[in-house]
Amino acid sequence: MSLSHDDVARIARLARIDIPAAETGEVLQQLNRVLGLVDELRAVDTTGVEPMAHALDARGGMAQRLRPDEATEPDRREAYQAVAPEVADGLYLVPRVLE
Amino acid sequence: MLNATVAQLARALGRREISSVELARLFLARTQALNAGLNAFITIDPDRALADARAADARIASGERGPLLGIPLAHKDIFCTRGMLTSCGSRMLSNFVSPYDAGVVERMARAGTVLLGKTNMDEFAMGSSNESSWYGPARNPWDLARVPGGSSGGSAAAVAARMVPAATGTDTGGSIRQPAALTGVCGLKPTYGTVSRYGMIAYASSLDQGGPFGKSAEDLAILMNAMAGFDTRDSTSLERPDEDYARSLDVNLAGLRIGLPEEFFGEGIEPGVRRAVDEAVRWFEKAGAKTVRVRLPNARLAVPVYYVIAPAEASSNLSRYDGVRYGHRAAEYADLADMYRRSRAEGFGREVKRRILIGTYVLSHGYYDAYYLQAQKVRRLIAQDFAEAWRHCDLILGPTSPGTAFPLGANSDDPVKMYLNDIFTIPAPLAGLPGLSIPCGFDEAGLPVGLQLMGDHFSEALLLGAGHRYQQDTDWHLRMPRETPLDTGAGK
Repeated sequence: MSLSHDDVARIARLARIDIPAAETGEVLQQLNRVLGLVDELRAVDTTGVEPMAHALDARGGMAQRLRPDEATEPDRREAYQAVAPEVADGLYLVPRVLE
Repeated sequence: MLNATVAQLARALGRREISSVELARLFLARTQALNAGLNAFITIDPDRALADARAADARIASGERGPLLGIPLAHKDIFCTRGMLTSCGSRMLSNFVSPYDAGVVERMARAGTVLLGKTNMDEFAMGSSNESSWYGPARNPWDLARVPGGSSGGSAAAVAARMVPAATGTDTGGSIRQPAALTGVCGLKPTYGTVSRYGMIAYASSLDQGGPFGKSAEDLAILMNAMAGFDTRDSTSLERPDEDYARSLDVNLAGLRIGLPEEFFGEGIEPGVRRAVDEAVRWFEKAGAKTVRVRLPNARLAVPVYYVIAPAEASSNLSRYDGVRYGHRAAEYADLADMYRRSRAEGFGREVKRRILIGTYVLSHGYYDAYYLQAQKVRRLIAQDFAEAWRHCDLILGPTSPGTAFPLGANSDDPVKMYLNDIFTIPAPLAGLPGLSIPCGFDEAGLPVGLQLMGDHFSEALLLGAGHRYQQDTDWHLRMPRETPLDTGAGK
């Protein structure tokens, strides 16, 4: 199955990544190369096979843990905001979204 | 000292034959002298190293002893390190000074290691050559025109060049074992869930696993004893009793059943690799092990499965990089959506974007069942092949990589050609299994060949034991790369 230019534009929009018009041709070609590689999977008979979502779920009984819903981390807001592109009064700043 | 193992260095420190500060200065001088040529480090931090070394010396002076106390170490730049640049090899995080330490960083610090710096890597651990790093490629100390492998290429090159006696890495589809093989060092990818992923920047969360690089299997056991263990902050960390990874170093090989999968000895393997691996098989047979033919019929589908599952998980994990809370933000944008699109377009490199786009596509409406769900089903078939094999053998042996180190740029134009480098390393992580790579010889060009040992879940001690026995009778792991002679950086 092969992608079109429109597909690439749609995927790039979903992924929130700008692809300049001059690059779409190359991106399209490379994505189709990779999809050609994975297309082999579609012919495999997997009737009755349970999907394996987790590296150890083949072993059974190794479900992921849940913890009590309690705050365990200390408040380190200043340290975490020190690495943000733009903050003010303890808030993260983004371009205006409401007029 | 530069060529000593961690075990030997710990003995010298314990006997006060050398101080940790002296050791740190020795390795720092060499790292600084060699890094211009190798580009193995993204960050070298002499102040941090000397502070850690002074603290280790104080602990030693007070009578404390430990297998890693005072030992120089480097972390792959994927492990968040408080107060230090943690770039993940990406422009996106080229301004990210981490406000916290990863679980692995905490554990190694508690063990008393001395942190020299952070090593180069493929961007977000996506690559098999280190060429996708925003900081430029690390180079192979055996031949500077060749790649060290990836994604943990900087850690592998640093240990190979004796810039550090040990380093950390991560393996998703081979990112510890393949660079270990290509640079002639040892690397272990542990069972999924044994090493904490807390603070280890996520690529494909159902596969990512941290592990050690060292010069010997014994050193890897020592490093694993400090690295592995339960961490409440990682929901996939396994709650099991601590184990001694060095407990089987004297394993008796007589009667051990070694599986040789025909799928790992077929076409497409370079003759030099084939010859060295066959030679290692004969060594194990002479040592009393019994070799048995096994089959992994679905292993040929591992690469396609991986290139659905890993990009799918990556597209989700990397959606956090939006230029709001940390990381790169574009200088100019029209509105919020435009800020996301431009920041991500500028912050990510080509390979990372390619995998995000593939992942977005295979998860998108109308394609999820055909690609993602189908890949998860075939993933189970691959895991079942291994489960069947363990009924006939105790471990599986084969080449780590079908070839030796390739020239820079050789696979740059064709992503699929690059992906096929990992054909023998991808099956184990899909099944959550541990894998060890140790040096087993050289090809005609004098480039190192890696031998891979795989075992059932939690069989690390056995793999390391088999590797250690092999290394007591061979010296491939002690050979020095020709481009980085021991006198470089000396006398400073």
